[in-house]
Amino acid sequence: MAEFPAPAGTNKMAVGTGPVVQLSGVRKAYHTGTAIETEVLHGIDLSLQPGEFCAVMGPSGSGKSTLLNLVGLLDRPTAGSLRLFDTETTGLDDHALTRLRGHHIGFVFQYHHLITAFSVLENVMMPMLGAAGFPDAAMQQRASALIASVGLSQWQNQPAGKLSGGQQQRVAIARALAMNPALVLADEPTGNLDTKSADDVFALLQDVNREHGTTVLFVTHNPTLAARCPRTIHVIDGRVIEE
Amino acid sequence: MLKPWTPFEWIVALRFLREGRLQTLFILSGVAIGVGVIVFMSAVLAGMQSNFIRRVLSAQAHIQLLPPQDVSRPLRQAASAPGTVVVDAIVQAPRQRVKSIDQWQAVAAQIRAMPQVLVVSPAAAGSALVTRGSASRSVSLAGILPAQYYRIVNLEDKLLRGHARLAATDILVGAELASDLGVSVGDKLHLATANGAAATLTIIGIFDLGNRGANERSTFVALHTAQSLLGLPGGVTSLDVTVRDVYAAETIAQRITATTGVDAQSWIKTSAQFFTAISAQTTANTAIRFFVGLSVAFGIASVLVVAVVQKSREIGILRAMGISQGQILRVFLLQGGLLGFGGSLAGCGIGALALILWQRYARNADGTPLFPLVFDPKLFLSALLLATLTGLIAAFAPALRAARLNPVEAIRG
Ligand SMILES: Nc1ncnc2c1ncn2[C@@H]1O[C@H](COP(=O)(O)OP(=O)(O)OP(=O)(O)O)[C@@H](O)[C@H]1O
Ligand SMILES: [Mg+2]
Repeated sequence: MAEFPAPAGTNKMAVGTGPVVQLSGVRKAYHTGTAIETEVLHGIDLSLQPGEFCAVMGPSGSGKSTLLNLVGLLDRPTAGSLRLFDTETTGLDDHALTRLRGHHIGFVFQYHHLITAFSVLENVMMPMLGAAGFPDAAMQQRASALIASVGLSQWQNQPAGKLSGGQQQRVAIARALAMNPALVLADEPTGNLDTKSADDVFALLQDVNREHGTTVLFVTHNPTLAARCPRTIHVIDGRVIEE
Repeated sequence: MLKPWTPFEWIVALRFLREGRLQTLFILSGVAIGVGVIVFMSAVLAGMQSNFIRRVLSAQAHIQLLPPQDVSRPLRQAASAPGTVVVDAIVQAPRQRVKSIDQWQAVAAQIRAMPQVLVVSPAAAGSALVTRGSASRSVSLAGILPAQYYRIVNLEDKLLRGHARLAATDILVGAELASDLGVSVGDKLHLATANGAAATLTIIGIFDLGNRGANERSTFVALHTAQSLLGLPGGVTSLDVTVRDVYAAETIAQRITATTGVDAQSWIKTSAQFFTAISAQTTANTAIRFFVGLSVAFGIASVLVVAVVQKSREIGILRAMGISQGQILRVFLLQGGLLGFGGSLAGCGIGALALILWQRYARNADGTPLFPLVFDPKLFLSALLLATLTGLIAAFAPALRAARLNPVEAIRG
């Protein structure tokens, strides 16, 4: 069982008061070509309580990634309300969204996890570095501790590209936790890993959730892993169906 | 390991440049060559100019005051009666006679009182015939006050033999004239002028003005000697002036003419041809700088455009981690600036090396350097500054593009 380092400083968002994520009537349409709009999400209502661990399943192309990107403030809904930590986000400018994302949300993606120009340690430091502007010893210690907690201490000074897919995904989880986020969004983090590595990565996310009460939204095609989550939602044709 | 107090943007920019090894190396070389050429060219041009100016100004005054010239005028007035056409008005230059500047003492005092003026030196000059045995040469005779004139043209420095302390019966002659006449220091020369005066003078020194023609014609004697030989008792034919700022000579000359009424000509006016050539060279040099700068800018911009495309996934991931648009913008601006700076640093090295080699191998026939080169730190500093600025400007469009990348699309690839 991994021991995650205690958060640096107090958790910035009042966890436990209201829902971490609250979507109501969220729609997302993409402009394809010149005038054609394709609506991918047709009015999503979804709320996640603090400390929830929720799996997202659904066929390919149903809109799972689109949903995660909206929740992660990487993209804007076409219509509807998106509240994060009791803040309505739809009216915020890019700067405010970026700040919110940097300080309270951790991402884990399926591919292209790490920045190959940097070492494992530097990758994990990156969110803290970006937020603070300058590197410092505390940041390095925290990154080191996070890397230890995903069991990759002996790799920390290696270039990130040298690690295997499973190892890279564990580093990506350590990096997602760097800012001690209240919410972790994982888009098929186990998608292209072998069963053993997938189990390891899933166990790590469970640990994060258990130890710090971090809310986790976890997209997967794997029914076995989904079955181990307390809650599962299905995205089918742009609508959310609770299990 | 990340060094403390290195800003985030620097860390990422440097790392991206390092990762793009070959790309970075090529564009750095391109910038370096461009800057090297500019530095080399500018230094050679500046060296040439300052060398020319130094040579011109060590052999002549900055401003010369001359008596008014008699104007050529038609001998017969054109008939004003209608229908009469004068086909051939005969125009004749007046007889050249040596004229003195009116009230030259007062004029000299007036000029000497001007704050920009350093030295005012009177001279009585005219032509004379020197004879030695059966050989004779027509020369220009200049009567000077050594104490003042040597502060304008330092003849003592230009002496090959003898000394330059002119007494009443002494003369200084040029190296070519001396060898033409087969005379040396201590020999006597006979001088005669058009108005019948003549004297026998002793050669006390032989000089080299650095110009064959001048060495064949010029002779110097004491002012009194020249005045009596040229029939100008107490008069002078010119006032030679030097000023503090050689480039202000023309304005000062105009002011002198305005206040004294005596025609004053600056070295700038008499070297008009040289200045035309210089300004043509400067224009050409500026054009070359501009176009090299432009190609450096396009080079850097194109490398960064490619880098933005190559790094778009990383940019998307950085944005997902909470890195702001401004930070991404600065990361890429910085890369442009660093390419400009690094390239121009190497370019300054290349330029300096080329200058050293050029100084060593490009020489006059006698092995002396063409002219001394000055390594002007301002030239190198401005090259660094301008190239860095060019890099920053060139990076602007790609950086903006990077900052505005939609993170979702960037991550999807
Ligand atoms: N930027 C975009 N422009 C246009 N269409 C898009 C864009 N992004 C996604 N789509 C479309 O939206 C739909 C949903 O895509 P999304 O990536 O959310 O699906 P998904 O459920 O994550 O699928 P998968 O399981 O394959 O990852 C797809 O039809 C996709 O083609
Ligand atoms: Mg997806």
